[in-house]
Amino acid sequence: MLTLTFFAVLALALAFFLAGRSRALSIVGGEVRNLHSRPNFHGTLALLLSAISGITVLLLVGMLWSAWIESSLLAQISASHPDLSAIEAELVLSDAYAIANSGIASKTDELRIAMSQQVTRTSALHQWGTIAAALIATLMAGAWALGKISPDWRARNRSETIIRRILMLTAVIAVLTTVGIVMSLIFETINFFNNIDWQIHKFLFGTTWSPLSGVQAGKLDPDKVGAIPLFAGTLMITVIAMLVAVPIGLLSAVYLSDFASPKLRAWAKPMLELLAGIPTVVYGFFAAITLAPFIRNSGESIGLTIASESALAAGIVMGIMIIPFISSLSDDVINAVPQSLRDGSYGLGATKAETIRQVVLPAALPGIVSAVLLGISRAVGETMIVVMAAGQGANLTANPLEAVTTVTVQIVMLITGDTEASTAAGPAFTLGFTLFCVTLLMNIAAQRVVRKYRELYD
Amino acid sequence: MSKDIKISAKGVDVFYGDTHAIKNVNVDIEDKAVTAFIGPSGCGKSTFLRCINRMNDTIDICRVTGDILLENEDIYAKSVDPVQLRARVGMVFQKPNPFPKSIYDNVAYGPTIHGLAKNKSELDEIVEQSLRRAAIWDEVKDRLHQPGTGLSGGQQQRLCIGRAIATAPEVLLMDEPCSALDPIATAQVEELIDELRASYTVVIVTHSMQQAARVSQKTAFFHLGEVVEYGDTDKIFTNPEDSRTESYITGRIG
Repeated sequence: MLTLTFFAVLALALAFFLAGRSRALSIVGGEVRNLHSRPNFHGTLALLLSAISGITVLLLVGMLWSAWIESSLLAQISASHPDLSAIEAELVLSDAYAIANSGIASKTDELRIAMSQQVTRTSALHQWGTIAAALIATLMAGAWALGKISPDWRARNRSETIIRRILMLTAVIAVLTTVGIVMSLIFETINFFNNIDWQIHKFLFGTTWSPLSGVQAGKLDPDKVGAIPLFAGTLMITVIAMLVAVPIGLLSAVYLSDFASPKLRAWAKPMLELLAGIPTVVYGFFAAITLAPFIRNSGESIGLTIASESALAAGIVMGIMIIPFISSLSDDVINAVPQSLRDGSYGLGATKAETIRQVVLPAALPGIVSAVLLGISRAVGETMIVVMAAGQGANLTANPLEAVTTVTVQIVMLITGDTEASTAAGPAFTLGFTLFCVTLLMNIAAQRVVRKYRELYD
Repeated sequence: MSKDIKISAKGVDVFYGDTHAIKNVNVDIEDKAVTAFIGPSGCGKSTFLRCINRMNDTIDICRVTGDILLENEDIYAKSVDPVQLRARVGMVFQKPNPFPKSIYDNVAYGPTIHGLAKNKSELDEIVEQSLRRAAIWDEVKDRLHQPGTGLSGGQQQRLCIGRAIATAPEVLLMDEPCSALDPIATAQVEELIDELRASYTVVIVTHSMQQAARVSQKTAFFHLGEVVEYGDTDKIFTNPEDSRTESYITGRIG
């Protein structure tokens, strides 16, 4: 019903648009030049005013009224059954709503049935009342806008102001969402540090990660939340990934931009970029099912014992995942190096290799660095591949052939585990906040480098 | 007076894909002299200039036929390595294109890749000599290790000329070297070209008739891919044989 009302408000607003436009025209007898604002702006103003008032009333009245109904029903319940606690009273009310909407209630008794009848009665009134209020508000605002139309009425300026505010509102929503996420990260982080009595150094520098084994009455054991094994695991896998991705990505970019024939380039580049479209979960089971056993078997054949889940397997596959980022971005910046620089070098008798190594790559270096930094932030934040291929045990080891775990994997373990959310959320959010800080710094560094690069050629 | 012939082009044709850009060009370029190529835009003078050091090799669809002899050696012969050729025939481009390196490294680039200096002090010597000959030493001697891209346009172009000289070429090709420069920088570069004539064979493409008249001893007039007239600069500008040359230098076609 409310959705229908919403569309009714929009339809009315559209009607006001047409009415406003024709009224503006008829007021000046078709002489558009005598109007301050063109007819379309008069129509737009009527549309905006009526639609905004209608929708605002719909939302505001609907929400306030239902909140009022709920509180009065709760008051009734506690008046007739003073022995019920607040939570129980709310349970009764939600059961009453369920009965009224023919849903499934936890329990059916006299009180609940009586309340459900109340709900049915009031909700009908609530619904129709809201609809009426919204439509009346739409009509009134529209009529007011129509009444204001005159040759001197500054409809253009007013409607532009309203549109500008709407644009601002959308921008504010986007920014506020980001701020909200960061704030929730910060608050949970503070909660967590409170929980371990502000022994932050034990989180940052401790070497034992087993946060849920030391929980006593919701209190974490500060000696078991050392995140060093996770940082070390993340670092190791990132390094392995970059060792795979940077040489392959960069060299393939050099090949594609300076050596490959246009024909080859035309299909090789999209193919390479296709790698970026593969879901990471697919990479994950490729690592776990294909690569990890292969590494273990080939290790055994030369007498090495390798865990079936290893940092090496996860790192290599993650590197493969990052290749397209690095090669595609590097290819773009290498192509952006002006042909005149290459010509200048060739004109001095330099070979292609000398030109690329000493002129093209140094000129493209800022772009390449930022591509690598973006690749690193991808690697640091990557989860699926590591969950499947690197293991979950928080080992502190420098051996890439053993299982390690990363920050992201532990967040997944904490949140999806069956521990109470309030306890698990602390360490998870704190890890998330740490990760956020690291990737933020990386991105800022990458953007700085890119900006510097732009200044060089513009 | 008769001078040695440094470069000799015989029946040169150039095609870009299906476009016939240069038609049967025959030009003999004298040693230790400045030769100017003039003509309207798109007439093929830059294309022909780029044939002399095989810069057109880097363009896939470009095809060159005919003979170009550098000291009686066919530069398009299979045995000739374009990289070695370009070390002998240097080039300065229309737009200054210093590498994004320091001024010093810009000049040292050529000598380093060709191994012209045995040690650092020799390299320093080459860099200083080249910058002096390019008439820019006094302006940059205190900031040799700052980026070459930070210089003004005229300074950048003289840096590029110094960079070309540092490789010790025999021939210097200049493709409208002053088109991006103001009159003062142009005058400096022209003076420089006049000095370079003592040690190099210089070929210059220019749109400025006055410039051709000022700096060159020989002039070739290109029109629609052909060399219409080639001869002493004095004669071309005062008493042209072909009516098209006369029309061009008096500004009636172009």
